[in-house]
Amino acid sequence: MDASELISTVTTIRPGISQREKCNRPSVVIESVNLLDIMWSLQSREDLGFDMLLSHTAVDWIDEGWFELVYLLYSTKHGHYLMVSTFIPRESPVIATVSPIWKIAEWQEREVYDMFGVLYEDHPDLRRIFLDDDWEGFPLRKDYKDDFMLERPE
Amino acid sequence: MNISVSSLERRINHGICGEGPIATEEYFINMGPQHPSTHGVLRLLLKLDGETVREVIPVLGYIHRGIEKMGEKAGYRQFVHLSDRIDYLSSLMNNWAVSMVIEKAANIELNDRIQTVRTILAELQRIQSHQLWWGVLGMDLGAFTPFLYGFRDREKLSDVLEKTIGARLTMNYIQPGGLMFDIDSDFVKDVKLFMDYFKPKLAEYETLVSENIIIKERLRGIGVLDAKSAVSLGTTGPVLRASGVMYDLRKSEPYGMYAKTAFEVPVGQSGDSLDRYLVRIVEMRQSLRIVEQLIDNIPDGKYFVMKPAVKIKPPEGAYYSHVETARGILGVFMVSDGKGSKPYRIHLRTPNFNNLWAVTAIAPGWRIADLVAIVSSLDLVVPDIDR
Repeated sequence: MDASELISTVTTIRPGISQREKCNRPSVVIESVNLLDIMWSLQSREDLGFDMLLSHTAVDWIDEGWFELVYLLYSTKHGHYLMVSTFIPRESPVIATVSPIWKIAEWQEREVYDMFGVLYEDHPDLRRIFLDDDWEGFPLRKDYKDDFMLERPE
Repeated sequence: MNISVSSLERRINHGICGEGPIATEEYFINMGPQHPSTHGVLRLLLKLDGETVREVIPVLGYIHRGIEKMGEKAGYRQFVHLSDRIDYLSSLMNNWAVSMVIEKAANIELNDRIQTVRTILAELQRIQSHQLWWGVLGMDLGAFTPFLYGFRDREKLSDVLEKTIGARLTMNYIQPGGLMFDIDSDFVKDVKLFMDYFKPKLAEYETLVSENIIIKERLRGIGVLDAKSAVSLGTTGPVLRASGVMYDLRKSEPYGMYAKTAFEVPVGQSGDSLDRYLVRIVEMRQSLRIVEQLIDNIPDGKYFVMKPAVKIKPPEGAYYSHVETARGILGVFMVSDGKGSKPYRIHLRTPNFNNLWAVTAIAPGWRIADLVAIVSSLDLVVPDIDR
């Protein structure tokens, strides 16, 4: 499946899926409430077959008040990639876990929690992964400050 | 008078007075963060029953430096030298991954000379990385000689790279838009000398370790990772390919000069530690083959297409690109807001972070000594996990 064919197939899974603009790879935006449904279809449908979660991370859009969660999927069967983005509000960053679909998500989500404070519903073992358990704040948020940070003069 | 003769079996199973089996209980023990076989500051919390591993809980963060946060403060060019410090054994390939995503974002087209030199260097470093792994694996399993042999041969290759690059570990050589400087005038000659030197040594590796009955028995059938779990755990590189899944970016999405060279990618069958071992040995041979095809055909041309003084300002957007390092896929996800010369967000999808979690799936049920073999066969580099 080439890029445009893949995008058009994925957007027909259910309404509310649109192409993400300004990305150098096939990429879609979905609504966060439908995340689990859509991810299950992406993984289990024969023609899509995304059996590997290569990467999961977040982007802090502080001016817009959103966290963008990015999932990069790969299919070992078909050899195609898909980037799935979803936006959740910064004030209440809660999203369903995809660890029942891809085992590795358990740890990738722990990293996103550690760095951004995104809370994953029904996660089997949600705790910090790199920092100490009693660390305050989430370092990759754009408004994070602590006593040891050095600001580079502009 | 009551006299009965006991036996060793009875003594073990029923204690001295025959009061029933000796009570056992599971307990936790730390392996690391300072432990010779974890190759760095990796801490594995083991739940043990006697000497049998019941559960492995990796505890990370001992070498977390916040490279992604630093990337948001550094310029696009400055981030390249930070990439040396993730998987320090594949620093050239890391440089390449970061350069590649920046080049894609800023639409920089490279000439064939740059691509050929990059490919040769990447393959030389794959050999170098596997040499170190091979030596350390021997040491982990109790054989000290491979460690000395591996480092002896790695040293030869380090000298070749040092002559061109000036560094031996953190290279910082591949830059967005080209190379830091041109290759040394002796580079081609030196690489050929190294290949003539290393080919018989590789045969020696095989007779010394691959054919060694003790090593074979320590690896065969230990820590089997089946293909389905390997994919679900997001493993890449030799770990995934040893489980029988053919996924190598050099074949599936050829970059550099890989499309124009002939080579094979080894794939394992059972996914045990021995397969992971053999896959890497064959990879060294194939890397030599790639270098052999390219070394006489380095085209003329400039070593950069964009001068280092030029500031890079990619247009707004999200970019992702990846390369196959010695340990698997290093992906760089970069978001540019189009406003300045710094990335808005940069994320590194490092191969070892994903490969590490395979140990939680395959180690339970094996002894501590087998766990050492399993960790060694996964070839982990800890700074790459923690970033």
